[in-house]
Amino acid sequence: MTTAKSKATKTKVKIVSPDLGHHATDVGLEFSKETEAKIKRILKRYPEDKAQSAVIPVLRLAQDEFGGWLSTSAMQLTAERLGLPYIRVYEVATFYTMFNLKPVGKYHLQVCTNCSCMIRGSDKIVEAVKDFTGISKNGEMSDDSLFTLTEVECLGACVEAPMMQVNNGYYTKLDKEKTLQILDALKKGEEVETATPTTPMKDGY
Amino acid sequence: MATPKLSIEDKIFKNLDGSDDWSIKGYQKRGGYDGLKKLLTTNPDVHIAQLKESALRGRGGAGFPTGLKWSFMPKPDGKKPNYLVCNADEGEPGTCKDRDILRYDPHTLVEGMIVGCHCLGAETGYIYVRGEYYDESSRLSQAIDEAYEAGLLGKNILGTGVNVDIHLHLGAGAYICGEETALLESLEGKKGQPRVKPPFPAGFGLYGCPTTINNVETIAQVPPILKKGNDWWCQFGRENNHGTKIFSVSGAVNLPGNFEAPMSITLKELINDYAGGVIGGWENLQAIIPGGSSTPMLSAEDCETAIMDFDGLREFGTGLGTAAVIVMNKDTDLLRVMTRISAFYKHESCGQCTPCREGVGWVFRLMERLSRGEGTLEELDQLYDVTKKIEGKTICAFADGAMWPVQGTLKHFRHLFEEKIKENMKKSA
Ligand SMILES: Cc1cc2nc3c(=O)[nH]c(=O)nc-3n(C[C@H](O)[C@H](O)[C@H](O)COP(=O)(O)O)c2cc1C
Ligand code: SF4
Ligand code: FES
Repeated sequence: MTTAKSKATKTKVKIVSPDLGHHATDVGLEFSKETEAKIKRILKRYPEDKAQSAVIPVLRLAQDEFGGWLSTSAMQLTAERLGLPYIRVYEVATFYTMFNLKPVGKYHLQVCTNCSCMIRGSDKIVEAVKDFTGISKNGEMSDDSLFTLTEVECLGACVEAPMMQVNNGYYTKLDKEKTLQILDALKKGEEVETATPTTPMKDGY
Repeated sequence: MATPKLSIEDKIFKNLDGSDDWSIKGYQKRGGYDGLKKLLTTNPDVHIAQLKESALRGRGGAGFPTGLKWSFMPKPDGKKPNYLVCNADEGEPGTCKDRDILRYDPHTLVEGMIVGCHCLGAETGYIYVRGEYYDESSRLSQAIDEAYEAGLLGKNILGTGVNVDIHLHLGAGAYICGEETALLESLEGKKGQPRVKPPFPAGFGLYGCPTTINNVETIAQVPPILKKGNDWWCQFGRENNHGTKIFSVSGAVNLPGNFEAPMSITLKELINDYAGGVIGGWENLQAIIPGGSSTPMLSAEDCETAIMDFDGLREFGTGLGTAAVIVMNKDTDLLRVMTRISAFYKHESCGQCTPCREGVGWVFRLMERLSRGEGTLEELDQLYDVTKKIEGKTICAFADGAMWPVQGTLKHFRHLFEEKIKENMKKSA
């Protein structure tokens, strides 16, 4: 197995499978200096010959850095950075639900519709999101590319139901009015405090 | 007879409601890290013997005795390292206790990891947190940094010669990664698919090394048990079910929340004295899921007498699971909620075993149709038969957990399906 350090950081990315949503502008993709520093620190968590352990955190950094979703090139870049075959990264990216394999809006609205949230009215939250954004179906993006709506499974905040996750933050104890207020503020580009305001992780993930 | 509420001294998670300072300063003010040095200079075998006697049982769902599990770990042989891995994947619908530990009292877990690593001969511990808990992980990550700065992590902790490093690892959304061997696969950077057992993790775990996996709450409870002793711990709860426990009460109650209470408390007390009662009053109760979505529900009648511990709930054909209590009152569309739970399992199957991959989807589709009244009474029997055929036939316990709630629904609420089906038949006739 290749070690964590073995791959160059500035890689020209080859197109591997253009039908997976490849964009021409992705060619020549590279991680920023800041991200590269985070990757180096992340790799220190695992034994030296176990760089594969870093696939999830590095894919999450890649998703953040390249527009909120993983293009073929972003996955390819991750594979090369960690010294792994592309398929190992691709199968991870497709297994976990937090990886977006197609573009999403600037704000990814993930509304929990599982049991505790359903009992406490998640229907109304989904409806409020649809009304505000004009999105008609689960999984769609709004015309202005600001919002994507995804109905998701239990997010582990059931005693604060109903709730939704927007990008990395939770908004809990929602009702229709509170949901609309949050969406309105986001649309105006304002920051909205999450349920657990705190300093983000140093290494990103 | 009412179970007395825990005093603040007796609570392990003194800041579970987040009203106090979560950082190391607050934790130390609440007595945290006191006596850690003594624990680290005591022989691990002494600790493990005490844990065995304490009857601490895992808080992640299966209730396996923790002391016994820890005694399976081989002593480090100098060739392969031992690992302690904390399971903070918390994904069982209704369950949300670990989230509040991570964000409001993260040092309880950090201290537990230090002591746990010492007991298990591990110098490295990983905490695998579900990918969505980002703010929560950020808190935990700051707590870990604080512990390093205070000399409570790293080399030669408090001059005891004990070395412990702990690392946080965030997932990316997959319920199945809560299953302990799927979690290890995921931590190795692979798809989270459960391993065939044996070999068990204590022999062949993370990177093929001896590994113990425990839930957040379990690990955090270890230092207080070891410090305060078994007499203190065993005063709570019935024999073989001792201790304090966090209950997550959600759904149709007036004050949903996470509550640390004595084990073996009655369900009725928990609902009325902690969670503010059922919305619309106790008479408005329809059913309660007692231990997360995988555990079969209790009828309103069962709820009158059910005792919240491992053995008490088994008497009702269900289980304590993760102690996530989901309350449905008479305003809840019960069949819709249960169908939604089936949809969850369909979505989360890892797809390795045919009975699970095919069967869970089949059961969901039938639940969906029958709950709308589209189908026949014979199909209700068929549904039950299929759940029985899937149970026990798969690599991991996921498929069983997907079938139990359906069986519970048929046991207590078959009449709801029947009414819908008959209504439909009348309409079409
Ligand atoms: C499908 C499935 C999901 C699970 N999810 C979790 C989980 O999110 N957290 C957890 O601690 N245990 C979970 N478990 C149980 C673990 O496999 C394991 O038994 C547990 O982490 C052991 O810790 P404990 O002994 O401290 O309870 C799950 C089990 C299964 C079969
Ligand atoms: S039972 Fe289901 S989740 Fe578990 S290993 Fe088999 S297919 Fe995967
Ligand atoms: S059911 Fe919605 S957060 Fe758990």
